[in-house]
Amino acid sequence: MFCLVDCNSFYASCEQVFRPDLRNKPVVVLSNNDCFIVARSAQAKAMGIGDLQTVFDIKSWLQQQNVAIFSSNYPLYGDLSARVMETLNLFSSRVEIYSIDEMFLYLEDINNQSMNDYGHKIKTTLYKHTAMPVGVGIAPTKTLAKLANRAAKSIPKCEGVCVLDTPKKWDWMKKRTPVNKVWGISSRFSARLADVNIYTALELANADPKFIRRYFNVCVERIIAELNGHACLSLEEIPAVKKQIYCSRSFASKTTRLQTILDAVSLYVARACEKLRAQQSLSASLQILLYAATYENNYYNSHRVIQLPYPSDDTRLISGIARTAVQHLFKPGIAYMKAGVGLLNLSDKKHQQLDMFHPGQSAKTDQLMMVMDKINKIHGKNTIYVAAEGVHKKWAMRQAWRSPSYTTQWHELPEIQC
Amino acid sequence: MKTYRLPLFIHSVPAGFPSPADDYLDRSLDLNTYLIKHPAASYLARAKGDSMEGCGIFDGDLLIVDRSLEAQHGQIIIAALDGQLTCKILDKSKQCLLSANKNYAPIRIGEFSDLIIEGVVIHSVRHHVIP
Repeated sequence: MFCLVDCNSFYASCEQVFRPDLRNKPVVVLSNNDCFIVARSAQAKAMGIGDLQTVFDIKSWLQQQNVAIFSSNYPLYGDLSARVMETLNLFSSRVEIYSIDEMFLYLEDINNQSMNDYGHKIKTTLYKHTAMPVGVGIAPTKTLAKLANRAAKSIPKCEGVCVLDTPKKWDWMKKRTPVNKVWGISSRFSARLADVNIYTALELANADPKFIRRYFNVCVERIIAELNGHACLSLEEIPAVKKQIYCSRSFASKTTRLQTILDAVSLYVARACEKLRAQQSLSASLQILLYAATYENNYYNSHRVIQLPYPSDDTRLISGIARTAVQHLFKPGIAYMKAGVGLLNLSDKKHQQLDMFHPGQSAKTDQLMMVMDKINKIHGKNTIYVAAEGVHKKWAMRQAWRSPSYTTQWHELPEIQC
Repeated sequence: MKTYRLPLFIHSVPAGFPSPADDYLDRSLDLNTYLIKHPAASYLARAKGDSMEGCGIFDGDLLIVDRSLEAQHGQIIIAALDGQLTCKILDKSKQCLLSANKNYAPIRIGEFSDLIIEGVVIHSVRHHVIP
């Protein structure tokens, strides 16, 4: 059985470990340079605060509502993540670190009757040892374990643990899961699945695999097998190679500031490039999208596709080109609602068509990007990043609300009242 | 976090018989492994205040806290008392948190709506020369 342990609102929970006064309270964590909200505690989510909202617009409202605001503190998050991972070794000798806050465990020698108890033991032990709240999903495949985790977190009766060990149980959950929430199904794919009347995970699971393979690809066919309890993904594999990668978000409120849009676009490029490298692809074209507020008089949408000089996965190159494109597209005086980037024309990195007149991306860049991803995977998103993501001066990164590095700095240890 | 120390062979062996003492080679002593049994669940903290002086815990001392242990009667614990981290002695029979200083009254558990035991203080470190 596969077991997915997923920390609840990880960065926000980290900020609550040494601040018992903030537990069960609204907490938000900001991205580098305090631009965007990147993590929200359950209470903050319940207040309607969105992912990647710009903090600039709602700062005074947050303070008025007594929401605790923190700049990101990656040394703290990295240390607490390592403690969670180490504690999980008590429960299985086979642990896959999927990201800073998600780990897959392979559970052997535990009979199905006691799986639920075992899941609760994992959850309570993690909370006792590390003060980290988690959701635990257990199922015969990784895709179903993801679904089980979703159930564990969204159904109060589960109390954070869900075992989907029989077809009856996983069908119940699949019926209640929109297809775009299935692991490996992007929003683009789900739009195409809607064309063939597939809206839920159950409808996907019951689709004809041969038809799906013909109209989509072998990865989606594999997801169908996984949804029906046949394990195709072993520990450590990555699913679904995408043909395009998009990252776009609405701003919390419309903005006329070029700098905000530049920072946002750089952040989206960084996230899209991370996904690009994770699936070992290169992109040959970049699309930039800017959306103006629709109800404005001077309604204005614009987008541009730019051919990259050579197929690349280099955040620095793509981010630079994206910023230039934004500067061209941006019109002063227009209120923008949303920005997005798309990486198009993707190719497999291993089977590259080489250009006779251009050597392509250098091996040095490959190494740098690999190191960057590795660091970010282990120590958390944006531990290192391209300066264009929103650092006006490298030496003066804005971190107005940074918590102490409780576990990694002698002079910042938590203080205990005696 | 992990440090590895390589043992130094004290006897050089160009040829011939090795020193019989090499079989009894000691590793260098590591305070981390001596003091901390559950590294993933243990934290360092700084004591503030004088209420635990009777236990030898003074202002500015270093506390080593193990979250994984079940707090026993009479142990020095860290509790979150109405959201504030506090160091006290756990008196299970009287359901009290005790200070080790007669100027501080016992705190009845239950008087406070919100008390969570965060961990057990397994060691405290006094600096006799300011580091």
